[in-house]
Amino acid sequence: MRAFRPPKVESSPLKLTDRAVRFGLKPIVFLASLGPFFYLIWAALTGNLSANPLSDLTNETGVWTLRFVCITLAITPVRKLTGWNALVKFRRMAGLYAFFYGTLHLLTYAIVDRFAGLDQAVDWVEAIGAGHLPGMTLVASTARGLTKSIGEDIYKRPFITIGFAAWLTMLPLAITSTTGWIRRLGGKRWNLLHRLVYLTGILGPLHYWWLVKADVNRPLTYAAVVAILLGTRVLWNRTRRSVAVPARAPATHA
Amino acid sequence: MLIKRAADIRSSEITDKKLYLNRREFISAAAATTAAVAAGVVGSEGLVQAATPAPHGRKLENVKPSAFSTDEKPNKWEEITTYNNYYEFGIDKDSPSMFARNLKTEPWTVAIDGECAKKGNMPLEDILKGETLEDRIYRHRCVEAWSMVIPWVGFPLANLIKKCEPTSKAKYIEFTTFFDTKQMSARTSAIRYPYVEGLRMDEAMHPLTIMAVGLYGEVIPNQDGAPMRLVVPWKYGFKHIKSINKIKFVEKAPLNTWQDQAANEYGFYANVNPSVDHPRWSQATERRIGEFLRRKTLMFNGYGDQVASLYTGMDLRRNY
Repeated sequence: MRAFRPPKVESSPLKLTDRAVRFGLKPIVFLASLGPFFYLIWAALTGNLSANPLSDLTNETGVWTLRFVCITLAITPVRKLTGWNALVKFRRMAGLYAFFYGTLHLLTYAIVDRFAGLDQAVDWVEAIGAGHLPGMTLVASTARGLTKSIGEDIYKRPFITIGFAAWLTMLPLAITSTTGWIRRLGGKRWNLLHRLVYLTGILGPLHYWWLVKADVNRPLTYAAVVAILLGTRVLWNRTRRSVAVPARAPATHA
Repeated sequence: MLIKRAADIRSSEITDKKLYLNRREFISAAAATTAAVAAGVVGSEGLVQAATPAPHGRKLENVKPSAFSTDEKPNKWEEITTYNNYYEFGIDKDSPSMFARNLKTEPWTVAIDGECAKKGNMPLEDILKGETLEDRIYRHRCVEAWSMVIPWVGFPLANLIKKCEPTSKAKYIEFTTFFDTKQMSARTSAIRYPYVEGLRMDEAMHPLTIMAVGLYGEVIPNQDGAPMRLVVPWKYGFKHIKSINKIKFVEKAPLNTWQDQAANEYGFYANVNPSVDHPRWSQATERRIGEFLRRKTLMFNGYGDQVASLYTGMDLRRNY
């Protein structure tokens, strides 16, 4: 007879000590995750993007957000499949990178799509070109103009609404990602809150889907990955529930 | 980070082996699919550094300047030949630059059909016979809200139409792009092929409307629609059908490809219009390739003085 739950792998092929993970693997993964960021900066500065580099920056930061959301969502299922429990130590990092790239994506959009279309942007370029800082009146009117421009876009365009909502779902998760917040909220409530990432996973591909013209293959791919990752959870939960188990905290299976 | 130690497996959570194995199989399959799909995504989306500007082609002779040209600064050859849509070669902006080199453009004939006297195959040489090629430096506005200034070389479409001798029933023209899966990668089934576009007869006869066969004084590169493509500067880029191998004179407005794909987003007219947004994005501003600040999009892409009269009395909000 075997366990009826995530397939338990008795011994993981990767037996690393806590120290090795913390001081060896983790810094490597941390730096590797910054790779796309530095690559984009390098490529933009050296003219290695397309003829429309601003559009590339927007698209690439968006795609990397989706990838990190997928990676974050994959950690628990992969951990259960392989029995390599140390993986959970990378979950926070992956999630924060999703937020990092998501925030870059939002900022890029705000600057190249919205700010660059404001009348005030011309004054900024002139001021900076003349070598002085823009005045307070310009800063204030730009802030107003930008808020209005982004606000209208969020209100008018469903794919922007969805994209912004997706970013919003990540915000509280990033804020409460610290050990202090876990303690303050308590594991149970913290776990519950962090299930918001499932929503991020659904909204992200939807945002992408809505943006493309007719070539839905890529958004579909991300949607499929998320569907599988969320599907395994549903399946595991259901099979668990079908056996009369006394209710208890979901522990780390989020 | 670890919140709570996972409880040990309880005896109540025990099931028979068969069920368990099935589930395990499913999960493994799911994981494998995820990994494969993820690898595919990363592989297919590689960054844009592979774009290759077109090699320079044969210089066109006796090209005359035109009063219709704008004096704005044209975009660079590298920009025009690495950044455009030509879905037959892939959906990325740089795909045409990488995959269009296999397109065979010589010899080239255009099938003339429909409501006209001169039906049949017309070789490109016959089409160009007696034509004076002109430099036409036009603003080009894509429906995706980016724009360029492009120094086309071409001749008025009106001249070609006259050669075909259309009948009085010819109210519209339907154009078709050459399509051959052997020469075109068309790796996605993103849209239906062959690509079809159309113009109303008076639009087609307008002196601004040209058939372009050159770029920067040279033979037009494959990725930009060799050997002959339509240019209608007051309309969005998707009207500018490339590599035309069929022209048909018809009575009713043809169903153009993008309208067929999404009629609520793309219409037949596709006139550049800053006050009619695409349902998913604004058309009020555009990014001129090479610039940071967005420009305000001009009605009819700035060609209103010449073409606005074609649409008198028409509701351009409905006829987008």
